[in-house]
Parts: sequence; C-alpha cells; structure tokens
Amino acid sequence: MAMEKMSIAKALNESLRKALDTDPKVLIMGEDVGKLGGVFRITDGLQKDFGEDRVIDTPLAESGIVGTAIGLALRGYRPIVEIQFDGFVFPAYDQIVTQLAKMHARALGKIKLPVVVRIPYGGGIGAVEHHSESPEALFAHVAGLKVVSPSNASDAYWMMQQAVQSDDPIIFFEPKRRYWDKGEVETDSIPGPLHRAAVARTGSDLTLVAYGPMVKVCLEAAAAAQEEGKSIEVLDLRSMSPIDFDAIQTSVEKTRRLVVVHEAPVFYGSGAEIAARITERCFYHLEAPVLRVGGYHVPYPPARLEDEYLPGLDRVLDAVDRSLAY
Amino acid sequence: MTVESTAASKPRRSSKRTSAVKTPARTSAKTPAKTPQSSEPELVQLLTPEGERVEHPDYEIDLTAEELRGLYRDMVLTRRFDAEATALQRQGELGLWASLLGQEAAQIGSGRALRDDDYVFPTYREHGVAWCRGVDPTNLLGMFRGVNHGGWDPNSNNFHLYTIVIGSQTLHATGYAMGVAKDGADSAVIAYFGDGASSQGDVAESFTFSAVYNAPVVFFCQNNQWAISEPTEKQTRVPLYQRAQGFGFPGVRVDGNDVLACLAVTRSALERARRGEGPTLVEAFTYRMGAHTTSDDPTKYRADEERASWEAKDPILRLRTYLEKQGSADEAFFTALDEESETLGKRVREAVRAMPDPDPMAIFDHAYADGNPLVDEERAQFAAYQASFADSDSAEEGK
Repeated sequence: MAMEKMSIAKALNESLRKALDTDPKVLIMGEDVGKLGGVFRITDGLQKDFGEDRVIDTPLAESGIVGTAIGLALRGYRPIVEIQFDGFVFPAYDQIVTQLAKMHARALGKIKLPVVVRIPYGGGIGAVEHHSESPEALFAHVAGLKVVSPSNASDAYWMMQQAVQSDDPIIFFEPKRRYWDKGEVETDSIPGPLHRAAVARTGSDLTLVAYGPMVKVCLEAAAAAQEEGKSIEVLDLRSMSPIDFDAIQTSVEKTRRLVVVHEAPVFYGSGAEIAARITERCFYHLEAPVLRVGGYHVPYPPARLEDEYLPGLDRVLDAVDRSLAY
Repeated sequence: MTVESTAASKPRRSSKRTSAVKTPARTSAKTPAKTPQSSEPELVQLLTPEGERVEHPDYEIDLTAEELRGLYRDMVLTRRFDAEATALQRQGELGLWASLLGQEAAQIGSGRALRDDDYVFPTYREHGVAWCRGVDPTNLLGMFRGVNHGGWDPNSNNFHLYTIVIGSQTLHATGYAMGVAKDGADSAVIAYFGDGASSQGDVAESFTFSAVYNAPVVFFCQNNQWAISEPTEKQTRVPLYQRAQGFGFPGVRVDGNDVLACLAVTRSALERARRGEGPTLVEAFTYRMGAHTTSDDPTKYRADEERASWEAKDPILRLRTYLEKQGSADEAFFTALDEESETLGKRVREAVRAMPDPDPMAIFDHAYADGNPLVDEERAQFAAYQASFADSDSAEEGK
C-alpha cells in the first residue's frame, strides 16, 4: 500500500501494527487493549495477531502501567502504553513526571526510556466527567518529555512511527473526537522531524496556530473568513514540546498577526508560551497583540455545556476579527 | 527448603496474632491496640543476638569460615563507610546523608544472596547492597554532595540508581522482572523499600502486577520501625509480611539484624523467582539506629530506651561473637579489618573532597536522548551568558 484513505483510528491501528511487526521489542500495554481492542478500538485485532505477551491487558492501575513500562524499557523493551482517557492519567502523573521524564538525565545519559504514553484527549464527544480534558500543558512543562498530537490520519500514522522509534519518552495525545475523520495516508513517504510544524493552509492576513482537534476548527474558520475576503494561514503545530517556533515566526513575519487556538484552558496554557515567545521574536513585525482562544479556567463542564466551553468556529472568527481590527 | 511452608502460609503463632488484629472492638478508636509487629515478632532467625547459631526448619545455610568472615567484613566496611559519610555531612562536605546504621545485616545478607545477573532497584539507603554489587562507594556520594543524581551506570553493576520518590522503584523492578521473564532468562530482580513505602500505592500496584504476571521479583522491605518520625503503627495494622498473602504470594519475616537469616531467606526467595514461581515479600525486621537522614533529629520522636534495646541486637557484634566462638576468625583478621576500614574511610574522605563541581553546561547534556531544539537554543543562550563573564574577567585581568 502506498496511498490509502483511512480514519485516524485506523491509521493509528495500522501504525501500531507496523511497530509490533517491525521490532520484537515493541509492546502494547493498557487497560482493555487486548480482546476488546481498547475502548476506542485503536488496538483492535493486535492481540489476536501478536499474542498476549506483546499486547498486554493490565490491571486497572495507571501508575502501575507506566511504572512497569519504565522497568520494561530499562530491560530493553519499547512499551507503548494506553491511558484510557485524559482524566485518568493523573494516577500515573507521578511516575511520568518524577521517573519517566528524568531517568535518562539522572543516569547521565547511560540509560534510555523509549516509552510512548498514548492518551485519547479532548472534548466534543458528550462524555462524562474526566473523559474530555486537555492536560497537555502539564506535560509540556516537564523537561525530559516530548508532547505531540496529530490532527490527521497521515500524521497519526507517521508520528506514531516516530514516537515508537524515539529513545525519549513521548506523550502522544490522540484527538479522540477526530478518531473517525478520514484522510489520505501515504505510507511510503518519509516524514519530517516529529517536532516540525506544518502549514495546513496558506494565507497572508493572519496566522492561526492550532494542534490536534482544533486544527479542523481553524481550517473551517479560515474557509469561512475567505468568503469575507480574509486570507488566513493555518499552522498545525503537531508538537507541543518542543514547539517549532521557527515555523510560527516565519508565518507571523508574513501575516503579522497571530491567534493561538486550543481546547485547554487559556490560563497557563500552551498559547501563553507561544504568545510570549513570538512576541519576543516578532515584536516589530506584529500589528496586533497575540490573541488566544481556548477553554475557561473552570473544571471541564458537563457534556450539555461543552459546546459553549470548547472553541468553535464563531469564537475563532471573533478573535480573527479582533486581531484584524488593530 | 520449601517456600510453601514460609511464615506467610503457616504462621506459627498465628491464632494469637490473628485474634489481636480481629478484635479492635476491645480498644478505643483513639488508642488502637499495638499492632502485633511491635510486640514479640515471629521471624526467621539463624543467629541469635547472643551469637548462638540456631536452626530453622525452612531455612538452612551452610557457610565456610571464609564466607562467614566475608559477610563480617562486608558489614564492618559498610558501617565504616556510612560513618565516614555521616562525618563528611557534619563537616559540610555532603549536603545530606541517609545512614544505614543498624541495617547492615539486612543489606549484606540480601545483597550477597544475589547473582551477578540479578538486578537491584534500591531506595536511597542501600549503601550495603551497592557494596555487594561492586559499586564504588564513592559513587554513592555524588548525589549527596550535589554534583550529580547518581554517579554510576546502572547496567554496569545491575544496580539501578537511587530512587528518592518513595516506592516508585518497586514498579520499575516489577516491569524489569516482567522483561526478564519475557526474555526467558533465569535471573531475578530485587526491589528494596521501607516500612513507610509500604503505604504507597505504587508498592501495592507492584504487588498486583508482579502477582498477576508472575514476575520473578523479590520485594525486600527493610522495616526499620520508623518512616522519618512515624512509627510502623502509622503505616499498617497488620504485620507487613502478611500483606503478600492478600496479593497471592508468600511473605516471610526475617530477623533483619541476622545476616545469615537474611542471606538464607533472600536466597530462597530468589530461587523461587528463578523457578518461575513468582514474587515473594521479605520483611526484614530491623532498626534504623541513626536519624532518617542527617536533617532530622530522632530524639524528638523516639525514646532512648528503644534504641538501647536494639543496640543489644547489633548485627555486627553478634556475628563477631559467633566467629570468635567458632574460632573462625583470629585476632589478626580483626586487626587487619580495622586497618582496611581506616583505609576505606580515608579513601572516601579524600574522594569526596576531590569531587569537582560539574561543568555548568552539563545541565543541558542529557535532558533528552534524541535532542531537542528548545534545549539547544537555551544551551546556546546560557553559553553566551557564561562567555560574557569570561570577557569581563579577562578585561579585568588586562587592567
């Protein structure tokens, strides 16, 4: 297969299959990843084909999942662990932050921790509490971790390949409400580096930066703005740690306006980091302050209110208008 | 030697003990009954505090005079090293020290039970185990001096770095042991932790995972009675070794001040792991004679009499008594060992004082294995900042 249209979920499944097939040291671990194939079926069929020793159903204990994955990595394995939902990662947060992130540095580089932590994240699927959060900034703030999120099927496939091959621990946020979105996957092409941002749409009046689930919203906003005669560039960040500031800078030097969009609360979010750095880098290019669109500083609301909470087309376009009004 | 008949599966005085635990109604809620482990503990013992050799039906050990002298030497040198490190902390050469004083038998006994291909996951107090693994003791001091977070390659001695976060390493040990089993290797893994750590969720999760996956791991809990200022009673209402039963594997309590018993029990647990029979919990019942670390003051939270009662159970003294009674060691041996101890102390002292501060640029070196553009950028900024001082320094010199 060279070019195939598939959903993000299928692309992840195919990528995990390839990883298991290519490297006997690759393992998949998590709750319900075996027979069920995961609650989102991302690991569907993998245990059947690779066995219970490679695709491991674990006890319901997130710290245990990540902690034992660390031990397996120290033994030479390359575990890919699934955290069932974003809000369930916190029991494992200690292991991820105090152990997984730091062990390579603590050992002065003498040991490596090639662990991928997969987390279906974000809202928009009408879920109950703790099933809709966007905690990426909490991980991006921790040195030693890399934090990424694909927004389309092709990236889902290739970024997972790169994450598995990385000797660094990778927190891999999967935009769960986009799992069923389909796109072309070119399985033979060689992708750029994992941390490289991608221009999802070119434009000249303003730059929208987004990642994961918000890229689609920003592309829709750019299309709507086009009808009003505004040319919007959309940058898909792909990696929240590290961040490809060069790509953002290049775009902002062209458009002179920047709006950052994410689902996570704006306060202390990745938008704050981007706004600060781009202000430093592009102070004399900017025609307007960098604006941010995101969640509020409140607990993620009940599902019936999530459409009010989550950035949608109108909130993004409102920020575009505010920026262009300067 | 059958593991099935360990204390966990056949507690010898269990009826009395069980009733004490099962009848909390007799006590007020405010002052719970003393838990059984604080009274006369049931434990595996092969050498009494008086230096008498005793037999145990499940654990036998037959050591040559040379092997006995070796264990004695290990304990004496470990204690000497520990004393030197404590002194170095008092002299301001180390920022902190976690003394193992009193726990030499637990560490040397278990450490000498290990094979080279076994893997050790320590806390931050396993100086005696490190000694057994061949880690140069001076390497243990780097993190306490503040020049690194661990100065050794874990894979060169199969001795993982010290872990500060309580209990985290028990999961790493379990995962590593799962890997050993996957590899079809017959080595085993040992995880060290304390009575305080037994309260941590990670320890419970490591018990669950190791039992479910039948991982070849030995959990070696040094119950030294105190978690900083909190007594074991604040961690558990049942004897710690009995916890294993609920997870589906054996637990055994050993006299942690008896190096022979610690060796025999750990060896047996490791052999069980090698045979593919899964984990064992060993509770070494011992006592931390000093402070938790040099930062705390045990006189504020525990009675002098308690310490005195444990002094009578000193692990080194009892083996010396036995060696002398047996005629397994003569005066020349002890004299030579004293000299060796002093040499070690001197070497450690000199090594610590000679430890250079690391190059400031080194903080960027191992943040990531595969590199990171952000780190590269900050490294360059930091280097330029450092270089700006070098310019002004040379300008000063030029005046």
